[in-house]
Amino acid sequence: MQTVFKRTPTLKDCPTHYCPGCGHGIAHRLVCEVIDELGIHGRTIGIAPVGCAVLAYDYFDVDMVEVAHGRAPAVATGMKRTNPDKIVFSYQGDGDLAAIGTAEIIHAAHRAEQLTVVFINNAVFGMTGGQMAPTTMLGQITATTPQGRQADGQGYPLNVSELLAVLPGAIYVERCGLCSPAHIRKAKAALKHAFELQINNAKGLSLVELLSPCPTYWRMTPPDAMLHIQNEMTKVFPLGRLKG
Amino acid sequence: MVKQINHLYEEVTIAGFGGQGIILVGKLLAQAAMKAGKEVTFMPSYGAEVRGGASNCMVVISDQPIPSPVVSNPQCVIAMSKAALAKFEKTVKKGGTLIINSSQIDVQPKVDDSVEVVKIPIDEIAVGLGNAKVANMVALGAYLQKRGVFSPDEAAESLPDVLAERYHVIIPLNKKAMQKGAEFVKNNGK
Amino acid sequence: MCGNEAMAESAIQAGLDAYFGYPITPQNEVTAYMSQRMPEEKRVFVQSESELAAINMVFGAAATGKRTMTSSSSPGISLMQEGISYLAAAELPCVIVNVMRGGPGLGNIAPSQGDYFQSVKGGGHGDYHCIVFGPSGVQEFADIMPLAFDLADKYRIPAIILADGILGQMMEPVVIPTNSKLNTQKLKLPKKDWALTGADGRKQNIVRSLWLAEGAIEQHNYDLQAKYRQIEKNETRCEQSDVDDADIIIVAYGICARIARRAAQQAREQGIKVGSIRPITLWPFPSEPISKAADKSPIFLVVEMSCGQMVEDVRLAVAGKTPVVFWGRPGGGIPTVEKILEKIEQLTIKPKK
Repeated sequence: MQTVFKRTPTLKDCPTHYCPGCGHGIAHRLVCEVIDELGIHGRTIGIAPVGCAVLAYDYFDVDMVEVAHGRAPAVATGMKRTNPDKIVFSYQGDGDLAAIGTAEIIHAAHRAEQLTVVFINNAVFGMTGGQMAPTTMLGQITATTPQGRQADGQGYPLNVSELLAVLPGAIYVERCGLCSPAHIRKAKAALKHAFELQINNAKGLSLVELLSPCPTYWRMTPPDAMLHIQNEMTKVFPLGRLKG
Repeated sequence: MVKQINHLYEEVTIAGFGGQGIILVGKLLAQAAMKAGKEVTFMPSYGAEVRGGASNCMVVISDQPIPSPVVSNPQCVIAMSKAALAKFEKTVKKGGTLIINSSQIDVQPKVDDSVEVVKIPIDEIAVGLGNAKVANMVALGAYLQKRGVFSPDEAAESLPDVLAERYHVIIPLNKKAMQKGAEFVKNNGK
Repeated sequence: MCGNEAMAESAIQAGLDAYFGYPITPQNEVTAYMSQRMPEEKRVFVQSESELAAINMVFGAAATGKRTMTSSSSPGISLMQEGISYLAAAELPCVIVNVMRGGPGLGNIAPSQGDYFQSVKGGGHGDYHCIVFGPSGVQEFADIMPLAFDLADKYRIPAIILADGILGQMMEPVVIPTNSKLNTQKLKLPKKDWALTGADGRKQNIVRSLWLAEGAIEQHNYDLQAKYRQIEKNETRCEQSDVDDADIIIVAYGICARIARRAAQQAREQGIKVGSIRPITLWPFPSEPISKAADKSPIFLVVEMSCGQMVEDVRLAVAGKTPVVFWGRPGGGIPTVEKILEKIEQLTIKPKK
């Protein structure tokens, strides 16, 4: 029998705590595959956020730290500046990066920190029970927008990647969707590029935003959630390379 | 049983406005005291003001460990401006000394009768030397002549330590200013 | 050198790898000094966008096993409390300098000791302690830095230096501790095998503060407490003078202790038997020496630049054995020798029967 697919070594062999159809599993696998393909397992340090991915160190078999909500880019700065030979990446959700940690990500980019940021945008706060995120779509029903998000009073979805792309210190910004095999392959290529930039000592921050399904709090089946990304989310969060 | 101990304990407040070199001259006094083997503390006023605002510093010189660098009733106040006089004239200790820059201050200070008031046209002397900026050194010279912890020439030895290197060319002028201040006090008795 | 600069240079001599900070008066000399000296030494200096970021940069550098510090003043230290709680939980060594100013709120920029509670009782959320030092002069401010780094490394704990605006701004002659002496001390410190250095050829290291499994955080707390008891046993430091025959004992720390000490000496010259106890570590607090001194029933006079914070720890130590009296000034008021003497004299007046 021929092996056509196997778990990449950096992804730990363990049961997942994520919901069925959640995008974190795909994103975790992609990051681990990239780490292994680039041969940087032994010198990579990962940063887990507060949010559903807080337990990321249970899946990533590299040195990991779990930090205060939103502060990953500051922690990453402290690590990379003192350890320029290490590959430092943060893995952050939309609450972590786009709400409470807005200042930290903008200033890490503005200082051109040599970091790789994996930004999971599922338009909702998962861990706390499906509340509105800054990236929540207009009209989207969440635990704190029971009538659907209204621009008047609750604001518009926040396009953080576009904000970051205008900064000279952000050298690579790309948005991908975890919504079909083709899209997922593209996401992996983007992640690989983001890590390669750091490996090649490129002077600046690289960020890959991944539109990621949350069937549980979108109140959809996993296939519908995939379609929702393709048909609805990409209208507000267009896919493609924004910078670099 | 009260023991009378005659040890050196000299507290001085130097006050004026930003740009008059108040902090610099305080540092010079402190540095010279340290070189003379004394215990010394220097405490600057620190605040939002950089130029033009009030500026003052406190120097304590002693032959014993100094408890507090913050001085409330100094033996000597050097007032370089009217505002500085108004703020600090009442703090001078009984029997102490008040040195006044009479170039800027035309009012009679409100002090205890026991305080010796020394009026000296500090700015005019400095301008006479060709540089208004050395007024602070004139004041220090006058102070040292009056209170005599050490001589102006001894103090001048510390000028290279406190002046930025680009000002080292004017060290002789600064030294001269100190001597002029001292001379004025010597020649004008009170 | 002003206190801020002396402390900064001493930290560099103690092997500081990275400094992160955000400007705030009255400690701006530290950030300015570090921005000049750290690059000279080919070490890391970053001016952060906030104190939140600064303390988390410290968290990052500490997690990789580097010697790291930040400094700030009261309002900025309040912002750092989240990070300090995480540092304590993750057991990461670092040094945090607080050049205290008047509060609450934005307060003023004058010297104060109003952050005692915040520093010694935790400050952030959860059951934790940091080692807290209260230096009383520029020399001690400098001398404490290598010790603070060593103890932080030894016990994997954040160390806080509680200074104030006077200590930061004042100048007095100082000798910076050089690193030759320190290197030999450093050798005795435990290896940082927990640090995140890349899992090359070894099992993954994880630095974390979240323990969701039932009972796990309870156990983590017991472990932390056991460590804190060790620190209390080994690292409590204080200075006592003329305590044995004293009718009045002044307890004060920092700049207040210098002023109080002079008052005590002058009182002795007047024939009043006054002694003094100066805590050098504020946590662990020197409860034992105070309790022992209380057995002889002197009156305790606690002097602080606050409305009375450390006095509570003195009362706990004295445990009702003898009266504890407080005098202090908050918000930038500085106690004078004369005023403390006046308080001492008042305490010698026998109450009318």
